[in-house]
Amino acid sequence: MTDTAIATPRRIGDNDALVARRYRAERRFKFYGIAAIAVTAVFLMLLFADVLVKGLPAFTEHRLTLPIKVDQAAIDPQNSKDPKIIRTGDFDSPIRRAFRDLFPEVTTRGDRKKLMGLLSSGAADDFRAMVMRDPALIGQDAKVPVLLSDDADQYLKGRQTGVEKFPGQGTMTVTPEGEQFKLTSDGVALPSPGDIIRMNGGAFRVLSLSNAALLAEQVMAPKTPAPAASGAWDIVRFTVPENNRRIDDQEALWLEHLKEQGIAESNIAWRFFTSGDSREPELAGIRGALMGSILTLLVTLFLCLPIGVAAAIYLEEFAPKNRFTQIIELNINNLAAVPSIVFGLLGLAMFLNFFGLPRSAPLVGGLVLALLVLPTIIIASRAALRAVPPSIKEAALGVGASHQQAVFHHVLPLAMPGIMTGTIIGMAHALGETAPLLMIGMVAFIVDIPTGFTDAATALPIQIYLWSDLPEIAFQSKTAGAIIVLLAFLFVMNAAAIMLRKRFERRW
Amino acid sequence: MSGTYFVILAVLVGAGFLLGAQRARGLRSDTGSALHSLPAYHGLYIAAAVLTVMMAIYVMAAPLAEHYVLRQAFGAFDPSIIAEQLQRDATLRDIQNLVAGSYQGEPSDTLKAGAAAYASASSLAFWGLNGLGVLAGLAVIFWGLSRIQPELRARNQFEHFVKYVLLACSAVAVLTTIGILLSVVFEAAQFFSKISPIDFLFGLQWSPQTAMRADQVGSSGVFGIVPLIVGTLLITIIAMLVAGPLGLFSAIYMAEYATPPIRAIVKPILEILAGIPTVVLGFFAALTVAPLIRSSGQSLGFDVASESALAAGLVMGMMIIPFVSSLSDDVINAVPQSLRDGSYAMGATKSETIKKVVLPAALPGIVSAFMLAISRAIGETMIVVMAAGLAANLTFNPLAAVTTVTVQIKTLLVGDQEFDSAKTLSAFALGLVLFFFTLALNYIALKIVQRYREQYD
Repeated sequence: MTDTAIATPRRIGDNDALVARRYRAERRFKFYGIAAIAVTAVFLMLLFADVLVKGLPAFTEHRLTLPIKVDQAAIDPQNSKDPKIIRTGDFDSPIRRAFRDLFPEVTTRGDRKKLMGLLSSGAADDFRAMVMRDPALIGQDAKVPVLLSDDADQYLKGRQTGVEKFPGQGTMTVTPEGEQFKLTSDGVALPSPGDIIRMNGGAFRVLSLSNAALLAEQVMAPKTPAPAASGAWDIVRFTVPENNRRIDDQEALWLEHLKEQGIAESNIAWRFFTSGDSREPELAGIRGALMGSILTLLVTLFLCLPIGVAAAIYLEEFAPKNRFTQIIELNINNLAAVPSIVFGLLGLAMFLNFFGLPRSAPLVGGLVLALLVLPTIIIASRAALRAVPPSIKEAALGVGASHQQAVFHHVLPLAMPGIMTGTIIGMAHALGETAPLLMIGMVAFIVDIPTGFTDAATALPIQIYLWSDLPEIAFQSKTAGAIIVLLAFLFVMNAAAIMLRKRFERRW
Repeated sequence: MSGTYFVILAVLVGAGFLLGAQRARGLRSDTGSALHSLPAYHGLYIAAAVLTVMMAIYVMAAPLAEHYVLRQAFGAFDPSIIAEQLQRDATLRDIQNLVAGSYQGEPSDTLKAGAAAYASASSLAFWGLNGLGVLAGLAVIFWGLSRIQPELRARNQFEHFVKYVLLACSAVAVLTTIGILLSVVFEAAQFFSKISPIDFLFGLQWSPQTAMRADQVGSSGVFGIVPLIVGTLLITIIAMLVAGPLGLFSAIYMAEYATPPIRAIVKPILEILAGIPTVVLGFFAALTVAPLIRSSGQSLGFDVASESALAAGLVMGMMIIPFVSSLSDDVINAVPQSLRDGSYAMGATKSETIKKVVLPAALPGIVSAFMLAISRAIGETMIVVMAAGLAANLTFNPLAAVTTVTVQIKTLLVGDQEFDSAKTLSAFALGLVLFFFTLALNYIALKIVQRYREQYD
């Protein structure tokens, strides 16, 4: 090599070019690294933004506030105040009646049915619960919050279509023309085909334009055929065509009316945290899944913390250097790499089929997850034990402590923060784990909130999986909402682990 | 039954500890002689003995008691009911409901007789088991108290016990592996008694639901694993095409270029990404990335399946970036500084040093990191369950829908299961394949590091 270098000396100019090229390569290489990290960071931000945008609407719901007279005769005729009797009362028709009264112009059977479709099927249950909580309301006039259906809710959240409104200018007159209507206005701003013109409590959809006159079809009949003055009528434009949304123009106009009157309002959906799963998106909540996850994690923690720490102590302090110890160590490393779904197969074949434990139970889920995170905890605990300097143990041994006394009284307490950090990270891992729980049947539609370790339950990630499969858009936002909750839990757990590490970490 | 037993156990263990410690203290003050062990160890000595004996009794007697109760309860029934699992379970539930008073409807006479037998047998079993436990526990306590003497080496005995407990705990890992092997191998063996392993491993069609070939007897479908393997490989390759360069380059940047403040920002980003549950990534892949790829592909004139391998592969690649980068980071950091210094002294730039010196030195570790990442991708379930398809297409087209081994395991086992049908059992055969695939990759990764690692010290 040296020979050739001497044989063909480079000239100065060449060398400059070469150096420049080499520096360019250097910058390029460094840029690749930055780009790789940037791509990863952008992906992470996109993921969070996507989940937030999709999920935040799940934390609000739209409710109507209807004045309803809580009818003694329909609910508690004998004035018994007995919860059992109140429970069987008719809470549905008062809501329907009060809601219908808001729209006196709706008279046909089909329209009324459509109107009632805007209310959630759980509205009567809410009303019932309200009266059961406060029986003094019976016979009184009450302001009752009435939940809207998921489609109506989605519309009011603006997730079905955008809405633009323009105030009408000039006087608008309507003249019937066969099946259709001719609208004329002396104002300047004119709507385009597809727009809705609202006047006198009625609405017309513009079909075509012809010099200063509009041809329109009637969506809702107006109260009077009289002309509407400037400002008394307006133009409503939906950005998504009627065929592409689940709320049609008529329903949308009703909802716009409710919103403008201040009857429909957005509230925080505590229901999302306090109710179990439901087939109706607006009624579904994560409480059942959250309880299932908590019960499962309790079993996991109760099993894998003592076993993991004991195994770590044994391997780190007491294990003789022999073949059996080697096998155990190799095994722990291998287990850490086994796909989680295989642990699910173990749970199915061993715990369910062989030992006959109940399906879908947090007990079995906890068992499987404990085996899954055991390697993590053992490895973290061993590292924490190893980080305690040997001088501590030697000092204890020096003043006459037995080996076990030295370990349990001196080394273990000092290693505890590290062990706890590892355990929390293991638990966070277990909280997000889905596949093994699918295998042991924790993947069912379960409405009841689980209260015991052998009740049928789901877990938070499973709920996310189940909801993500459902076609309703409202469930999509519930899914993302549940993801936000899950990520919040993980964030808190990891922050706790970091705090613990920062607070108690000792450098020797 | 078990609840009461464990309450008794806890009480007797506590009592044994207190009595033992008290007796030892009394001995010390009465005779004035020094004890070999501290009084607490005498207590622990008895408590450990009570725990061991009572647990042993429970483990042996509880299944016997349950068996006895069931035999008594089913005594009145037709043997054909007992023979069949489903009917037996249903009958047992009926009996339990009747005993608990929550039975709906009018019970038959046999059911009443069964319930009466069940009630008397379970109360007998309850008192028998708990009585035996109490007697044994008390006997052990008295035996222990009689043994307490100043010279009793209670601490050594107790520490001996603790050591065995610790050993048992670390053996759980081995038991888990054995459990996985047993459960998977046992069911897979049943599967292979119905379907020949040759058909399974080399068959080009996977269709567990419907009969495709009339000449196959005793099975409901075709179990050829090749399309699944191809699908898994396709998604894994896409994932590694994403994660390989991105992970490696971020590792290089982190290890060689990044200043400590940058490291302090970037490392948490990668850790956050590593901590995101795969079900969340699956949601993102299925509801955001897949439609995006589909619409952009269609606007370019490609025919993209709504559950394309590309979407699942891309997101899976993102999932394993932290895995590749943290392992590679460690390996690159482990290359001694003297090698770099030598290269700089020769006039090499930083990137030349990395390319010509550091990476070759770290290559075995990087290769093993890639292998581990591949094994992680192969075993990943939720992303592919949510974003990849179900149809087993034998194709290498990344825009088509493919299915993977894990998706099929999940599909076959969620819902109704019949453990005598090839369909359900095939999931365990797939599990076996998956287990050995990942184990082999890990083993190879380990061997690569062991064989090619350069010793610099």
